[in-house]
Amino acid sequence: MASIVASIWEGITYRGREGHWAWLLHRVSGLGILLFLALHIVDIYLIGVGKEIFEAFLFFYHSAPFKVLVMGLLFGVYYHAFNGVRIILVDFWPERFSNWKTQRLMFRVVIVLTLLAFIPSAIATVAPLFNLHMPWWNH
Amino acid sequence: MALKTRTRSYGSPNRFEVASWYFMRVSGAALLVLAVFHLFYMHVIAGVDAITFEWIVNERWNGPLGMFWRTYDLALLLFALLHGANGARWVIDDYIHGRGANLAVKSALYVLTAILILMGMQVIFTVPLHSQQTALSALVTALGR
Repeated sequence: MASIVASIWEGITYRGREGHWAWLLHRVSGLGILLFLALHIVDIYLIGVGKEIFEAFLFFYHSAPFKVLVMGLLFGVYYHAFNGVRIILVDFWPERFSNWKTQRLMFRVVIVLTLLAFIPSAIATVAPLFNLHMPWWNH
Repeated sequence: MALKTRTRSYGSPNRFEVASWYFMRVSGAALLVLAVFHLFYMHVIAGVDAITFEWIVNERWNGPLGMFWRTYDLALLLFALLHGANGARWVIDDYIHGRGANLAVKSALYVLTAILILMGMQVIFTVPLHSQQTALSALVTALGR
């Protein structure tokens, strides 16, 4: 148990700048997404069980505290997706992408793309709490 | 020495790890489209308040594109869960080094993954289908309208 804590702590406190942050965020977001995916499969399974129990779950999803987790999920999925592209580029074309300057640039591009996708998603997530609607929503 | 290295690269147990490494890239590229579009569509384009029991059963899984979305959701389920489970396997191998503990945690992961795949597939396949269509015919009908 002590060795598990030690390796996790080493993974967090290692000072490897962009490469380390990219790796750590990829790992944490991946595990978070997997946990949500398990919950999401259970909630969709409830469609086959009954309307009432499924809608009780939806009520929980639409509550304000859960929206905080949804924001984390949205950021995590976008980051994991764009950082995954960076990993694919480095793995398949190392001679072009693996030098540290390109890697640092790519990490910054990943963060910019993540924020570009995350910001509209975050606005859409909190909008219903303030009775606001995106103009194209028809509910 | 060189000959030994060459023979080891064929039929070694690490072939599975190479396949697993490659699978993560391929499924990752698929999920870049499937998962990102799913999330952006549900949260920004449709809005989560549009998602109700009736909408999923009558529109998404039984509308003009019903079979297309069922196929999409099945692909998303399988790719996302297998990608996630394999990632979790790597994380477990990174941190849990005791032989018994490693085996126990990974076994639990595999059982949970199998249960979740069966639960997801069951609901996609058993929500009643109101019309005869295939994923392709649904797409052709929708494009022709």
